Amino acid sequence: MIRSLPNSKLYTIGYRIYISLFYLFLIMPLLTICILAFNDSNFIALPWEGFSLDWFFSDTTERLGLFADIDLLVSIWTSIETGFFVAFLSTLVGTFAALLFEEEKFRFKGFLYFLALAPLVIPGVILGISILLSSTSAGIYIEDTFGIYIESLSPSFWLVVLGQFSFCATYVMLLVGARLKKFDRTLEEAALSLRATRLESIWYVTIPFLRPAIIGAFIVAFLISFSNFNTTIFLIGSDLTLPVDLYSRIRFSLTPVLNAVSFMIIIFITITALINIFASRKNK
Amino acid sequence: MMKKRNISFYLFIVPVLLWLIFLLVLPHIDLFISSFQFENDAGETVLSFNNYMSFFEDSIYWYTFLRTAFYSISITLLAFVVTFPIAFYLTKVVSRKYSSFMTLLLLIPIWVGELVTIYGWMVLLGDHGVINSFLIYLGIIDTPIVMLYTDFSMIIGLLYMSMLFMIVPVMSALDSLDDSLIEAASDLGASKWTIATRIVIPHAMPGIASGGIIVFMLIIGDYVAPNILGGKSSLWFTEQIYNFFLTTIDWSQGAAFGFLLLMLSSGIIWAVLKITGQKLERVGS
Repeated sequence: MIRSLPNSKLYTIGYRIYISLFYLFLIMPLLTICILAFNDSNFIALPWEGFSLDWFFSDTTERLGLFADIDLLVSIWTSIETGFFVAFLSTLVGTFAALLFEEEKFRFKGFLYFLALAPLVIPGVILGISILLSSTSAGIYIEDTFGIYIESLSPSFWLVVLGQFSFCATYVMLLVGARLKKFDRTLEEAALSLRATRLESIWYVTIPFLRPAIIGAFIVAFLISFSNFNTTIFLIGSDLTLPVDLYSRIRFSLTPVLNAVSFMIIIFITITALINIFASRKNK
Repeated sequence: MMKKRNISFYLFIVPVLLWLIFLLVLPHIDLFISSFQFENDAGETVLSFNNYMSFFEDSIYWYTFLRTAFYSISITLLAFVVTFPIAFYLTKVVSRKYSSFMTLLLLIPIWVGELVTIYGWMVLLGDHGVINSFLIYLGIIDTPIVMLYTDFSMIIGLLYMSMLFMIVPVMSALDSLDDSLIEAASDLGASKWTIATRIVIPHAMPGIASGGIIVFMLIIGDYVAPNILGGKSSLWFTEQIYNFFLTTIDWSQGAAFGFLLLMLSSGIIWAVLKITGQKLERVGS
């Protein structure tokens, strides 16, 4: 059953077949897209018509490849921008939250921590609609009271950033908090007894210890933001993010350029994941 | 008695409070209030139960609600059954040399994102999709099997995009299980089934519960898989919420439905936490 116990041959083989089938199930959709991205055909599926890079580079109206499709490139860029701002904001606030809940004692701490964890169990749809409702009400209220129209409170780029930040911060808090649990408090106390202020001890002692977790959390937040659809769709203005653009193309204008984009995403994610794994291994 | 606070305390708590109040508490209060707002015949907005009444009056709504709940629970159980042997294999069976690479493979579909993987299934399952073409090429079938736009394809999509979130917590729970317990049970003559149900699964219960909660939450709140892979009869409750917000623009009605969905998911999650004796804090770790 486990490494150290002997097993019947049938059991071992059966188990291995199950594992192989599972990995086949896992890889199949990704592998299929990666191969079909190079298919010389005007349809997204089989038959295989030969190798071609048209869906990456072609520039005709019949075949608009990925690198010639301005709309698609713009939405990729919007997603990268969104991901960057979301990752930056949530890393900042999430790290603050981790330090707050791990190191400070105050009233209502348990309740606030419960609130900070709530995004884990709130469906993304609900976060999207509730932030849409409240920002719209806030926008109307501010316009009526002060006569100022704030564009960011209606569906827009910055509302998407806020919406994604609202749950990414939770993940950062958990990732950084997990590392903070392993932190040796006496190091901070030593810094304090050597006359460092509380802020100095955090900046020079605690933060360097947390750095790998903070970098990891930044990447995780970026990736979550980059692939988010459920919350984003309600908050989006005229700047489409990549998942929303992909969704509307799947529904309304299916061309093999989707294969090419998906191929690029898969490659990009695989490389990022590898970097993240190696970086965290080095820091262990 | 108030202790004198350090400046760092305020530096930390102010942004955290801003986050929690403005992006979590107030929006959900607003969701709750909006769900009772109703425009009467005179065109005035009044507070009423009408939005909730229409949920109960129209059978398609509560039918979809129950269907979504039933499917979400079933697919969560299915995800457990499918992934538990994998988690066990990766932590206890396969040699350590391969396990980290095999675990890394599991993470890639998660990070690639739902849109791409669901699209991949659409390409695979279609009438002229890869699977049908392959089966026809082999001569096993003559006409394509209809798989896309059915409940079957919807279930595959929901299972695929959620099941990996079950493996990770179960693996970390199994990691702490001492191999010698399994060895001892085996030496004393316990069968594999007995070991699995009396030792391994009870030990992994915290991981199973937190994985189950995450998986359930992802499925019940999902829109992409039911919408792209499901057929016309594959009703899903989130689709109705999307329609109220993005198609018919009846936000108060959508808010009421959203609130019902939130109650459903929180209720089930709360029940699971109570039954398994877990705390929400553990779900995150």
